[in-house]
Amino acid sequence: MADPNSLLAEALQAIEDSSDEKSLESLRVHYLGKKGTLTALLKSLGQLAAEERPAAGELINIAKHEVQKAIEARKSSLVEESLNAQLSSETIDVTLPGRRQSQGGLHPITITIDRITSIFETSGYDVAEGPEIEDNYHNFEALNIPSHHPARAMHDTFYVSPGTVLRTHTSPVQVRVMEGGKPPFRMICPGRVYRCDSDLTHTPMFHQVEGLLIDENVSFADLKGTVIDFLHAYFEEDMPVRFRPSYFPFTEPSAEVDMGCVSCAGKGCRICGNTGWLEVMGCGMVHPRVLEMSNIDTTKYNGFAFGMGVERLAMLRYGVGDLRTYFENDLRFLQQFN
Amino acid sequence: MIFSEQWLREWVSPELETQQLIDELTMAGLEVDGSMPVARQCSGIVVGLVESVEPHPDADKLSLCSVSDGEESFQVVCGAPNVRAGLKVPFAKLGAQIIESADAKPFKIKKAKIRGIESNGMLCSSEELGLEENSDGLLELHENANVGEDIRSSLKLDDTSIELDLTPNRGDCLGMIGLAREVGVIARKDVMPLDFPDPIESISDEFEVRITAKDACPRYLGRVIRNINLNSESPLWMKEKLRRSGLRSIDPVVDVTNYVLMELGQPMHAFDLAKLEGYIDVRFAKQNEKLELLDGKEVELTPETLLITDASKPVAMAGIMGGMATAVSDQTQHVFLECAFFAPLAVAGKARTFGMHTDASHRYERGVDYQLQRTAMNRATQLLLDICGGEAGPITEAIGNLPTPIVVSLKHSSISSLLGIQMEQEEVRDILGRLGFGFVDDDGEVFNVSVPSYRFDVSIEADLIEELARIYGYNNLPQTGGLGNQSLRSKPESHTELSQIRQQLVALGYQEVVTYSFIEPSLADTLFPDQPGVSLQNPISADMAVMRTSILPGLITTLKYNENRQIERIRIFESGLVFQDSGGEITQTAMLAGLVSGNKMPINWNNNKDLSDFYDLKGDVELLLAMGLEADRYTFVAADYACFHSGQCARIERDGALVGHIGALHPAMQRKMGITGNCYMFEVELAPLQERRLPVASGLSKFPEVSRDLAILIERSYASADVLANVRANAGEHLTDLRIFDVYQGDAVAKDKKSIALGLTWQHPSRTLSEDDINKIISKCVKGLQDVFNANLRN
Repeated sequence: MADPNSLLAEALQAIEDSSDEKSLESLRVHYLGKKGTLTALLKSLGQLAAEERPAAGELINIAKHEVQKAIEARKSSLVEESLNAQLSSETIDVTLPGRRQSQGGLHPITITIDRITSIFETSGYDVAEGPEIEDNYHNFEALNIPSHHPARAMHDTFYVSPGTVLRTHTSPVQVRVMEGGKPPFRMICPGRVYRCDSDLTHTPMFHQVEGLLIDENVSFADLKGTVIDFLHAYFEEDMPVRFRPSYFPFTEPSAEVDMGCVSCAGKGCRICGNTGWLEVMGCGMVHPRVLEMSNIDTTKYNGFAFGMGVERLAMLRYGVGDLRTYFENDLRFLQQFN
Repeated sequence: MIFSEQWLREWVSPELETQQLIDELTMAGLEVDGSMPVARQCSGIVVGLVESVEPHPDADKLSLCSVSDGEESFQVVCGAPNVRAGLKVPFAKLGAQIIESADAKPFKIKKAKIRGIESNGMLCSSEELGLEENSDGLLELHENANVGEDIRSSLKLDDTSIELDLTPNRGDCLGMIGLAREVGVIARKDVMPLDFPDPIESISDEFEVRITAKDACPRYLGRVIRNINLNSESPLWMKEKLRRSGLRSIDPVVDVTNYVLMELGQPMHAFDLAKLEGYIDVRFAKQNEKLELLDGKEVELTPETLLITDASKPVAMAGIMGGMATAVSDQTQHVFLECAFFAPLAVAGKARTFGMHTDASHRYERGVDYQLQRTAMNRATQLLLDICGGEAGPITEAIGNLPTPIVVSLKHSSISSLLGIQMEQEEVRDILGRLGFGFVDDDGEVFNVSVPSYRFDVSIEADLIEELARIYGYNNLPQTGGLGNQSLRSKPESHTELSQIRQQLVALGYQEVVTYSFIEPSLADTLFPDQPGVSLQNPISADMAVMRTSILPGLITTLKYNENRQIERIRIFESGLVFQDSGGEITQTAMLAGLVSGNKMPINWNNNKDLSDFYDLKGDVELLLAMGLEADRYTFVAADYACFHSGQCARIERDGALVGHIGALHPAMQRKMGITGNCYMFEVELAPLQERRLPVASGLSKFPEVSRDLAILIERSYASADVLANVRANAGEHLTDLRIFDVYQGDAVAKDKKSIALGLTWQHPSRTLSEDDINKIISKCVKGLQDVFNANLRN
């Protein structure tokens, strides 16, 4: 009978030398399989004297157990080695930039309109839109601007035909909504407007957001509160706001709204022309004649309206210096807002 | 309008510093646009009396003067041609500080030797004081000026010119008396009453005045003044007031009418009496009548133009400008003064139609006080007689249809409901009273208020409340926080917000742009020759003359603009209205358009440099169409448009109706426009994109899916969409997916053929589909493909 100890030594050496899981498996079969050498040794115990069998058996079992253990240990170390090899071979430079589509973005005018809209939507204002080529009635007459009114000179109007214009403000949208509905109304009208004027501070097309609220018992105090709250919300700053009497044919009383300069905190700078104030909005209580023309019962309802230039708000908010850059669409300019 | 603060203070003088006055005016609705001192800084200049003048021994053009400051006499060398003994002039003494011209530094007057003669000071021109830009002699002061008095006080140089940007409703503030009234209310100060002496009527000559256009000309006053001396000069005080109001001194007649214009807000005109024939008639022009105006321009009149005419010809465009033929000249001896009220509607807009704007038209359009003409006429007459001498005749007045005085009711309670304040009745009376409103009657609750003849902007209660509010101070009015009943509102889920669509494009790497709605006509014609556009009658420039019929020209222009700036990879989009003229009806449709150019992906360290192509853009568009959860309603059909590549262009249809198009920019256009990169574009109507189906969920099948692939060989010209439709029609109701996973055309197949590989997947809701089920379906599909497309099955 072979010596289990020398067999064990031989097996342990072979396991140690094995380099992959496959050869390890054949070693297991060779020593521990049904026809394995250690198994065969166990089977040959019967040839020994009865009193020698227990000791020899134990010796063989210990050897089997040792081999078993060695194989498992070797196996796990082989798995780990191969995993390590895989990890090391698959290592990449994680600092290289990712593979992706370019960064898209919205135009600052849209960003601004969206921001204004979302602020008013939280207070229940609807968003209304309308045609940009308008008839004289909706753009002027229905807003109490008759044909020879000097206020028409305030609007340098583009004409498509004698009775048809490019809207000079988004107020006609409000008229159309009032004509087609019943009060109360609470809406804002964002959109493109057109005036025949082009210089450093004017582009022939620009954007306005105008608001209208018609309800019972609306007062100038409500208008003031709404305008001030909006400016504070939009600029995220509680700057002072002042109201100056002004004139719009469609409101009475009318006011221009100035806010403390957001650039210099009212101390006076280039942006506010050293006045500390920035003119940002026009507003007023809706003229009763405007309501009457849209068939609204003025004994029951009144309201206020306000309007602002989107380009101007965006300029103040984002520090855009030149109005014309909005419509040149230089991608390097636009991508600053992405 | 520009006015002099000192002049205003002659009428009302509140205890306000200049800046306070400016702020108060602005906050009362008379916006101050700017202000500037009427003279440059100077010191040490006094009224000097030239006692004697002798020629300089060594210089022809210089004089040796003895000048008194009231206490001593000084020897001064002077080069001015108008220096003479007895003259009172500004005298800069030794040590005086003076700034000689607008951008000069101050300098100090020192003792000097001029051509060997000692000079102790300088005599000044108005230029040197900063009163005029150019002057060619000493400023001659009034004979009553106090010798030795500081020039700043003598000429009231510590004054400010204030520029107002008045709103068009406040024509009443276009004169000193109107402004004074406003300041009187703001400061609660009494204003000097209008109290001018009547001039002496020394002759009885009249010139007949008729009014044919009685609505347009409610009042016309005329007066003959004979034997005036036009060689006389306007006094310095008048020239200075005019200058500080932004008006140049011309001659005494013009200066006087301008002075009254500024003082009372009443435009006036003077005719040369000798050139008027017969009588004055105010009437509308006849067709083709012509008039040469004072500025030398000849205008062809229309029947809407109100005229002043004499017996034979038009002599002035009423309320706008006088005529050349009857103008006062240096030969004039006798004048006919006009002081009229023309109705605002008769004048409004007229000057503008002739490209004109005058001080007179500016005021008449806004409304001049129709009770003021007699006062103004007398004021102007007296001033003219004072300056030029002459004899005045009586006033000839013709009356048309005068405005009816307006009475407005004001409920006391309306003040609190509209403004949110309690205003005492006394306060209401004080404010409105100072503004010139009269109280017809009141019962303690309702005031009946008469509107003054200079307020054309007040006709309803809200107008009166605005007056009260603005004097009370808008900023003193209360404010509320928020308003009204809040209620939850529904947002229709069947509507996709434009912002969601924009966000989808942004996520796909697109940059939004905003281009002008008006474009260059030739660009519109080239790209969309068949779409009738809407032209502007008064475009701002030739390249912005038609309204866009498509957003694409704007996007292409943007591509070009950025290509010129070395930006080669571009993905942009825009949404907005496009405009079409459909047989006289203008349609305005909201569209969404996009354009890509350059590589599929931004340059990176390992990706390929493939250029974007039709299918890249189409994939993006398909994602947009899928937002409505009804992508299968859309089809792409090969199409041909002028601006697109004829082989790479499709109509986008929804249920068979055209909703947009997609394609490559036509290579010829690309060349013409000098675009170097590839360019693919789409444009689609927004309305269908914003419709959204509500999702309906159904149970998932527990049974396995079965898949089969099918490869067929067909003619190249067949559209794959038709192949898919054919297969779908035959693949049974349990087909869950159908896709093309390969298209091959090349050496391995015949030249006119292409191979298409299709993947089909089925799943039954309640059982496992058998091999037999699938084989039957496949056979049916294959037969369909053979029948319609003559397809060969490939293995």
